[in-house]
Amino acid sequence: MSSNDRLPVFPSRMNLTVMKGRLKGAQKGHSLLKKKADALTLRFRAILKKMIDTKLLVGDIMKEANYSLAEAKFAAGDFTQVVLEKVERARTKIRTGKDNVAGVQLPNFEPFSEGVDSNELTGLSRGGQQVTHAREVYAKAVTLLIDLASMQTAFIVLDEAIKVTNRRVNAIEHVIIPRIENTISYITSELDERDREEFYRLKKIQEKKKKLKVAKEEEMKILGVGDEDTKNILEDSKDEDVIF
Amino acid sequence: MAAPIPHGRAVKPGRLLAVVGDEDTCTGFLLGGVGEVNAKRQKNFFVVRKDSTLGEIEEAFKHFLGRNDIAIIMINQHIADEIRHLIDKHRESIPAVLEIPSKNQPYDPSKDSILKRAKGMFSAEDFR
Repeated sequence: MSSNDRLPVFPSRMNLTVMKGRLKGAQKGHSLLKKKADALTLRFRAILKKMIDTKLLVGDIMKEANYSLAEAKFAAGDFTQVVLEKVERARTKIRTGKDNVAGVQLPNFEPFSEGVDSNELTGLSRGGQQVTHAREVYAKAVTLLIDLASMQTAFIVLDEAIKVTNRRVNAIEHVIIPRIENTISYITSELDERDREEFYRLKKIQEKKKKLKVAKEEEMKILGVGDEDTKNILEDSKDEDVIF
Repeated sequence: MAAPIPHGRAVKPGRLLAVVGDEDTCTGFLLGGVGEVNAKRQKNFFVVRKDSTLGEIEEAFKHFLGRNDIAIIMINQHIADEIRHLIDKHRESIPAVLEIPSKNQPYDPSKDSILKRAKGMFSAEDFR
């Protein structure tokens, strides 16, 4: 693995520097991404806790809402068809906004109401109080449900974001950094090897030169030409001037 | 409910909630003021009656998913169970699909698509 899994670079000093830089960058990126993942997880857990609580609360509210609707129906007669057919414009609408957590855009919903209730006159003849009560309870339920939807969306988006971030963190930790480290150790070992080779070669050449020198001196001695006969060109004053 | 505050045209048109549910659930939410019929006479709610077929429910649900003025779809849990494959397939954040309890069935958190995804991160007692 150590020899296979490395970047295809030529083992030179320049590439070693480049690789060291990349290793630093990868480590920095790793720590940053880890921080991001931590921040997201923190938010995620908070939302999850709140969401589960709200979901259970919604169950209670819906129970109350159904009960109040039954009451209203009992008092005012069955107005279901009237309500279903008289729909015109929505009074409760949702404003969508954006929330930013560690660079992740989380949509959030906010209820707001405008216009008039198209069912204003329902229950005018009888059972008005019960109908109004049912209306109030359902309006409350809608607000709660919008809150819940807001959390749920954030939950889904965060879930996805955390998965992606964790994948990147793990990729850097387990693939990219080891690969760069392998490359660095490969380059270092290769450079060391070359150094040793060079050193050995120099030694060898030196040795050879020494041998040659000794041999030459021997030869000179045999020929009778001593070292003392060698002319010194700098101190040789008998040399004639060259005139052009 | 307090009387709506009269004000001018909203700058950004708000988005709607859609309801897929039995008659009572729809009636209740319409009383709560979420119903709207747009210019094409399309309603933002779908009443599931006893004789509604699965195809009709699927059709309505897909229609709500495709409309871009809808931000939240509320659906009764027992209806959600029938089109569970569609809900599980829906992975986008908007529109958000909310499962709500109906008159006849109490809310069962273990069936909820979202809570199913949340499982494994939390222990069982958190769901109680």
